Amino acid sequence: MENNHKELKVSALENGTVVDHIPADRVYKALDILNIKECTQHQITIGINLTSKLHGRKGIIKIADKFFENEELNKLALIAPKATVNIIRDFKVVEKKKLEMPAVIEGIAKCMNPKCITNHQPIRTRFTTINQDNEVLLLCHFCEKITDAKSIY
Amino acid sequence: MGKSLISIQDFSKEEILHVLETAKEFEQNRSQKILDGKVIGSLFFEPSTRTRLSFETAVNRLGARVIGFSDATNTSVSKGETLKDTIKIVSNYVDMIIMRHPLEGSSRYASEVASVPVVNAGDGANQHPSQTLLDLYSIMQTQGHLEGLTINMVGDLKYGRTTHSLLQAMSHFNPTFIFTAPDELKMPVEYKNFLDSKGIRYKETNSLEEHLNDCDILYMTRVQQERFTDPMEYEKVKDVYRLSASMLGNVKENMKILHPLPRVGEIDQDVDDTPYAYYFKQAENGLYVRMAIISCLLGYR
Repeated sequence: MENNHKELKVSALENGTVVDHIPADRVYKALDILNIKECTQHQITIGINLTSKLHGRKGIIKIADKFFENEELNKLALIAPKATVNIIRDFKVVEKKKLEMPAVIEGIAKCMNPKCITNHQPIRTRFTTINQDNEVLLLCHFCEKITDAKSIY
Repeated sequence: MGKSLISIQDFSKEEILHVLETAKEFEQNRSQKILDGKVIGSLFFEPSTRTRLSFETAVNRLGARVIGFSDATNTSVSKGETLKDTIKIVSNYVDMIIMRHPLEGSSRYASEVASVPVVNAGDGANQHPSQTLLDLYSIMQTQGHLEGLTINMVGDLKYGRTTHSLLQAMSHFNPTFIFTAPDELKMPVEYKNFLDSKGIRYKETNSLEEHLNDCDILYMTRVQQERFTDPMEYEKVKDVYRLSASMLGNVKENMKILHPLPRVGEIDQDVDDTPYAYYFKQAENGLYVRMAIISCLLGYR
């Protein structure tokens, strides 16, 4: 009983989306990718460095009353390929989603080529994703050079 | 046919062959006023002599007019105008834009902003597809065909964009490659992976003499000082290969020497008088190939 008073209780979601198993150090980037800044009216709970049986330390994001398009969620595969997404309705998990790597990503990563036009003019970046030996590589649509996905986080 | 020409990879084998066949026609008759009344924008954000003069001559010989600039310092670019705005404005005036720009990817971007076809005349160290097509045309004209040839690429295979694009374009025609380069300037692994994936054979050597006698095309390149960040590295490799007439005693009869020019020391002047030298004719071919590119993209061939 005593313990309970010292614990911060995170209430369960009634309706909304839970993104779980995000690598602890990439939660901020995940917030960026999901464009959480725009969710000004939603209740949002963010957990960082929580202990996880799977990953040691993990991050979690809970957004109440918000449901994303798959396209939006799949962008997370770039930084958190093992993240899981739970859709909650009426306190119950009604759907579990695995992330799929999008073929093309726009506006997230930055091209590593200093001579690429996207680093000199206000241009939205665009990459084709390439899976090579469990590593994600990004082929720049403009300068045709390869950037590795580590440049994102 | 595709609207713009940005990268050699944009063209299928059939489209490449169509441009080459059209170039043959222009070589036979190089003044055909089929674009009378058209205006072509020639936007050179970075200086170039050979490419710009060749493109502008091609436009003139097709009967169209050229507007543009050969140096961006006297334009609104120096006032800070974005590339997007420059391209949008010029698109309103002309029927096609030919552009060179020092930044990589600039032509791809321009083609997405422009309402008219864009021809990439070089975007930094990235692509220069009209050079690749004129190299292919030169190979076809000297050998009579493109299939099953042995191409020996010599010099800077690490930074040289012409060799990378030629490799991609030739991959349609079942070639065998020889890569002659010093260890510091070897063909990058991604291009070798590309050849492996297509089942195309290649050998690597650092000796110019080793494969001189068993190739059909000797494609020489200049070691470009401007690509090196370390001047010591440049000094080490700048003079590794020097081709002279005395080395050509046992080469194949049909062998031809190509070079995108300008050359510095890699081909001696005495090679110019041998029957194997083709680099000046190769530069002339650029005119016919550029006439073909312009007329094909505008739908006149």
